[in-house]
Amino acid sequence: MASLKALKIRIGSVKSTQKITKAMKMVAAAKLRRAQEAAEAGRPYAQRLEGVVASLASKVTVSESSPKLLAGTGKDDVHLLIIATSDKGLAGAFNTNIARLARRHAQELLAQGKTVKIYTIGRKGRAVLNRQFPKNIIHSIEPGDLGKLSFADARGYADDLIARFEAGEFDVATLFYSTFKSVLAQEPTAQQIIPVAIPQAGAEAETAGIAAVTYEPDEESILADLLPSNVAIQLFRAMRENAASEQGSKMTAMDNATRNAGDLIKRLNTLYNRQRQAAITTELVEIISGAEAL
Amino acid sequence: MSLHFELVTPEKLLRSEEVYMVVVPGSEGDFGVLEGHAPLMSTIRDGNLEIYKAGATTPETIRIEGGFAEVNEKGLTVLAEKAG
Repeated sequence: MASLKALKIRIGSVKSTQKITKAMKMVAAAKLRRAQEAAEAGRPYAQRLEGVVASLASKVTVSESSPKLLAGTGKDDVHLLIIATSDKGLAGAFNTNIARLARRHAQELLAQGKTVKIYTIGRKGRAVLNRQFPKNIIHSIEPGDLGKLSFADARGYADDLIARFEAGEFDVATLFYSTFKSVLAQEPTAQQIIPVAIPQAGAEAETAGIAAVTYEPDEESILADLLPSNVAIQLFRAMRENAASEQGSKMTAMDNATRNAGDLIKRLNTLYNRQRQAAITTELVEIISGAEAL
Repeated sequence: MSLHFELVTPEKLLRSEEVYMVVVPGSEGDFGVLEGHAPLMSTIRDGNLEIYKAGATTPETIRIEGGFAEVNEKGLTVLAEKAG
């Protein structure tokens, strides 16, 4: 049995924890709104670019000379997993879910005898994967606050990735991030970004609708220009989605924590009152029996 | 009698409006786009985008950097990496 004093201290500490989780929830809610708007504002660009790349790609015949970002290296041996998570924890299962999907993917690839390389963006993803695949991690980036990332940052990561690709470090790159569906639902997603995955059926339907399009300069040059941008855009979009997902996940987690703390306080309070009453009763009994003895 | 014009950056959709004409700094030279322009796709160089609203004589200019412009039957879409 804890003493009355100990119980009181315990209640105090749970109360201050609850204050913190409540504040974190508020902060997450405010940040979520901004991140969600940003994620949604970024979608039109990414979608249009995807459409353009798809329609261009369907016009250009893939050959030896076509850009590697489109055609690939012709091999499928070395896979790069780009794992985008956040730098901070306390966001429920957000980081764990992404890491789990990536881990499963990595295990499948290893079972097929492929070489797996891991490129992490975000400290939390690195921490999880470092335990299981310490030798496979080739590079790690710590982006800091996801909500503050600009397109220039994403461009920098993309340039680094493309340089590695050109140097022949890997054949296929897959990006892992969490798509923001709603505040309560975030879905870990895997997306192949190098070489560009081309939605065949959609591309044909689209090109059929467009009459003879004039290209300035020619298709190949535009494509060569667009493909690196496309990698940057996909990365940027993933970051934005991640930022929104992180805040959503954090908000839910902190809401749960606040509620749990509330329950705990209620239980501790009941316990405290019961003990206090017991102490008073004992004291009374002592006084009365003392008076009777006289 | 108007051209649907959209200016999009990775951050957000900056403009989506009906205008009279837009002059785009294409990588092989500036070109003006009016309603009913033939389908075209062009990369752009860093420069100023000139937007002529209906009836206005002085254009509104927006500085854009990198990206490309696409004209199709729906109108003109400029995808710029940086704008404003």
